[in-house]
Amino acid sequence: MANSKKDADLPGRRGFLKGAAAGSIGTLAMGTGAIAAPQVAAPPAPKLGPGPPEGDPVAHVEVMTTERPGSDFMVDVFKSLGFEYVAANPGSSFRSLHESFINYGGNKAPELLTCCHEESSVGIAHGYANVEGKPMLVMAHSTVGLQHAAMNIYNAWVGRVPVFLVLGNTLDATMRRPGVEWRHSAQDAAAIVRDFTKWDDNPISLPHFAESAVRAYKISMALPREPVVLVADSELQEKPVAKDANLRIPKLALDQPPWGDAGSVAEVARLLIAAENPVVIAGGATRTQQGMERLMAFVEALQVPVVDQENNLPSRHPLIVSRAALRDADVILGLEVEDFWGMLHTVRDQLERTTRSNTRPGVKVLNISIAESPLRTNYQDFQRYQEFDLSITADAEATLPLLTEAVNRLLTANHRTAFQNRGRMLAEARLKAIERERVEATYGWNSSPISLARIAAEVWAQVKNEDWAGGRELANFQWDYDKYYRADHFRSAQGSGGRLPAAVGAALAHRKHGRLYVNFQKDGDLMYAPGALWTAAHHRIPLLSVMHNNRAYHQEVMHIQSMGNRRERGIFDRAGIGTAITEPNIDYAKMAQSMGLYAEGPITNPNDLGPALRRAIAVVKKGEPALLDVVTQPR
Amino acid sequence: MSGVLRFVLAATAGVLILEHSSAVAQERAAGPTLEATAPAGNVDSGKKLFVSAGCALCHNGEGQGGGPGPRLAPNPNMLAFKVFVQRVRVPVNSMPPYTTKVLSDQQLADIYAFLQTIPRPPDVSTIPLLR
Repeated sequence: MANSKKDADLPGRRGFLKGAAAGSIGTLAMGTGAIAAPQVAAPPAPKLGPGPPEGDPVAHVEVMTTERPGSDFMVDVFKSLGFEYVAANPGSSFRSLHESFINYGGNKAPELLTCCHEESSVGIAHGYANVEGKPMLVMAHSTVGLQHAAMNIYNAWVGRVPVFLVLGNTLDATMRRPGVEWRHSAQDAAAIVRDFTKWDDNPISLPHFAESAVRAYKISMALPREPVVLVADSELQEKPVAKDANLRIPKLALDQPPWGDAGSVAEVARLLIAAENPVVIAGGATRTQQGMERLMAFVEALQVPVVDQENNLPSRHPLIVSRAALRDADVILGLEVEDFWGMLHTVRDQLERTTRSNTRPGVKVLNISIAESPLRTNYQDFQRYQEFDLSITADAEATLPLLTEAVNRLLTANHRTAFQNRGRMLAEARLKAIERERVEATYGWNSSPISLARIAAEVWAQVKNEDWAGGRELANFQWDYDKYYRADHFRSAQGSGGRLPAAVGAALAHRKHGRLYVNFQKDGDLMYAPGALWTAAHHRIPLLSVMHNNRAYHQEVMHIQSMGNRRERGIFDRAGIGTAITEPNIDYAKMAQSMGLYAEGPITNPNDLGPALRRAIAVVKKGEPALLDVVTQPR
Repeated sequence: MSGVLRFVLAATAGVLILEHSSAVAQERAAGPTLEATAPAGNVDSGKKLFVSAGCALCHNGEGQGGGPGPRLAPNPNMLAFKVFVQRVRVPVNSMPPYTTKVLSDQQLADIYAFLQTIPRPPDVSTIPLLR
């Protein structure tokens, strides 16, 4: 296999490694307290000089082994931060750290995940962080590896997800091997992702490394959470720890989320109580089960309708309404709404883009969000400017108890009676809306290719009695997201290729809880980096993937159709040029089987889906991944 | 209708229903000419056009609707032919407009005829998975 980033032009390098003595496997208390690393004896100084003439006996012995390389200490640092996994496609610029993880660290906490592409490494970390609420470690080359990883770093950045990247790099030019190591080194390694990472550093000593690693973790976990980058210089990794090195690992204390000031929070409560038709928009309002419960307590105190964008409430909650509710609202409160302006306006993408407001004149718009604070200039990870009547820069989840308390303080008996009436009407309307969805699912019920509503119903029938999670992309009214962990809460920059590895990472995180994770996998996304399937098989990650295989980049077909129609020429028999994934159709089941997964398909008859699901789920419940290739209706 | 009830109805009505109501209102306001029946259409031609002209991309293969496109069939969502044509020529949302150069009135009649042939789905009460 051609691979420019491997050290193929340095055949002697791996042989050199054989001489390295493995450090003893150390044990280190987990946690965030300060940990003093053991002092190590200094290795004998190498005796340098011209090499002996060929054939002469060796006059001087170059010291080629060490008991305690710098990378062992780096592993101590990472262990102290509680990482469970480190995802990586192997690379020589972090060979020392790799070896320390598996020998010194015992390949436990963190355990290495073998990935076939750095984009997959970061995607797996993204999906894992969505479930666990903390970062996974990712190792990569500073140049080619980071370039591969960049798109999913951007996905994680937009998704407000913590990922901790460690880059192998050789800054000291005089220490680089000829050839590839130069091409795997950079002056400012993190530069290419600095626009969409939260912080980075390039430590020049082990104490510096320890401080920066703890700092990076703390910054990554501070809200809004984002990826961070730390360079692990190869010299720092490979050189012995100096005898007089005063190594310690700083104490980690994560930042408490900021909440809104009491005066502003009270004003929000007052406006909501006084409103005739208040509406809450819940964007990324919650991060935990506790957050879900806090939001329920708040909206139930007011019996206020909620436009729930991201499964913040249990999906069958009676106060959930559609976006149409905004039309009559007189007060709108947004909680961590990513595109507030877009929620309040409709943009028509015709020959001329026109906009109209979805709200009535005079509506008061209130905002509680911390999401805007990592704004950068270049990448436009923000939306149209929304005018607010009151805006609080604070974490919504942390502010909700204060808000509920403020509401309860102001409520009168009359308010409570009126709000209970409003709640009853909303609950009745919610039941009717669910009933309409139930009837809508019958349309196309027996279609082949299979309708998405049919797939949702078939999968739900098989998982509803399990402790399940996932499925958000196709889930319908039946899927009862009654707990926070059930939904993916997956946000990204819609960079294709991110979904499969994120599903692998999510399934990995759910594994220790014994949950069955369902991934509705789009065909186009799968083809970016299908090697993530192999990672799932290799590491026995119980992932059920049900394909949404419409055999095209369908959204793009629609864009081309739009252009053809604007120019009054349509596209007709040219619709598939550049957008269809046919001729030949891809056999995803065979592809998955080749990587060790249980797989069936292509499934085109809806009546075959139920039995296939039962077989696949039986495999997943044994702790293995399975994939069903289901050929679907377009949308 | 009370303000609260009106609000609740608005809060729960989908875009499809609102758009449909709007279309029916337009139909009624325009008077008897809009009541005219559709010209005879060729079902086979309509079936092919429904796919090749891109309708199925959003409305799916049987016009059952999907993410971006509302349900059209069976019975073209109860839209009179003239309203159907109007919605295709001047869509109310981000659907691409189909002018007569792209799809003639006769071709739309063919599509309309095809949509009318799509049978009603099974009653929801007969589908155990949806109970």
